Amino acid sequence: MAKHKINLTVNGAAHEVEVESRLLLVHLIREELRLTGTHIGCDTSHCGVCTVLLDGQPVKSCTLLAVQADGRKLSTVEGLEQGGKLHAIQEGFTEKHALQCGYCTPGMLMTCSALLEKNARPSEQEIRQAISGNLCRCTGYLNIVKAVQHAAEKLHG
Amino acid sequence: MIPAPFDYHRPGTLQEAIGLLTRYGAEAKVLAGGMSLLPAMKLRLASFGHLVDIGRIPGLEYIKEEGGVVRIGAGTRQCVLEASEIVNSRFGALADALPLIADPLVRNRGTLGGNLANGDPANDQPAIAIALGAELVAHGPQGERTIAANRFYEALFTTALAPDEILTEVRIPVPSPRSGSAYRKLKRKTGDFAAAGVAVQLTLGAGGKVERAGIALTSAGPTPLEATEAMRFLREKTLDEKTIAEASRLAAEASSPSSDRRGSVEYKREMARVLTGRALRAALDRTKGN
Repeated sequence: MAKHKINLTVNGAAHEVEVESRLLLVHLIREELRLTGTHIGCDTSHCGVCTVLLDGQPVKSCTLLAVQADGRKLSTVEGLEQGGKLHAIQEGFTEKHALQCGYCTPGMLMTCSALLEKNARPSEQEIRQAISGNLCRCTGYLNIVKAVQHAAEKLHG
Repeated sequence: MIPAPFDYHRPGTLQEAIGLLTRYGAEAKVLAGGMSLLPAMKLRLASFGHLVDIGRIPGLEYIKEEGGVVRIGAGTRQCVLEASEIVNSRFGALADALPLIADPLVRNRGTLGGNLANGDPANDQPAIAIALGAELVAHGPQGERTIAANRFYEALFTTALAPDEILTEVRIPVPSPRSGSAYRKLKRKTGDFAAAGVAVQLTLGAGGKVERAGIALTSAGPTPLEATEAMRFLREKTLDEKTIAEASRLAAEASSPSSDRRGSVEYKREMARVLTGRALRAALDRTKGN
């Protein structure tokens, strides 16, 4: 089975890697690039803990081949913080206590950050819809909604 | 979970993709959004020697209306359909279904063509395509052919597509005045497949009687099911509670769902009956807006 040479940008840094056809994107991210903030949960595209942004759109990296990301821009949870300063959504999660065990948090943060890029002032309903593919078994989502609202307020006043 | 080994191909043109399918035959599978195919391969429910990724072929993602037909490229992602003014204004059934397909992240990758060509009777868009009277366009080594959506599904996960053909376009007739469509789906949670789902398209004559009724069911047997008896019954009838009840009964009677964790055969058939009634009422309501 031939390997494929792929180029991709991850959190702004260019990478060239050789991958097997069947290598999943989440395994490239965690095992080759050693960015272990992105988690693996259900591994069947239900839970969303593996969410990363592909050209700015949230996708489930357990259900993408690494080779499909060739030439694309990826963002993972490690890229949210800039220059030692937390992203507004990370600050929102801290302020509003939007996590308990933290397992879903990286995926949740990516989905919520993408939502805020697209929709500066999402309603509660829009937030709930946007995160409907990311499961959290601790919070009941209440504080996650509050965290997104906090971040929206911070980003857009 | 990791799929069994395979070779990955990324053709730059449709011709090149068809060439690969011709060369590898049954060993090859088309990869579009991958939202059904990759989980199946990871779970080792399916394995293929060659994946032909059509995701980068230019010109497969578009929605345009011309000459009384809306043409949708098979590579159009669900998130693009969801935001489409043409789709939302023309096809109530699709607008109903889109927010209920899988979840938003899956809809960022999954395509209309994949939903239709996968041949899964639990997918929502096959029943909708049938109810709306859509035609599916396939490209193969001999060129292009069109297949009516209601003749596309042959058996469980088996469609009219030959192994060397690719679904490239969906053509849906623009509904005439006094038309309306709707989709009603019962599911347990976000991301779940339908326990039952019903697509309805109605066109009324000037006098208010049914000129055309399209009714098709999701999760109602090995293939998406066109409820032909219910459709025939409604022709030239006025829709009222009595005729809606009879059409719903006929549609449910034609269904042969299987029992699983989403419910028993009896429950699913009863839900098909209830949802047919709801979809008929919603579609009827929408005929008034047109």
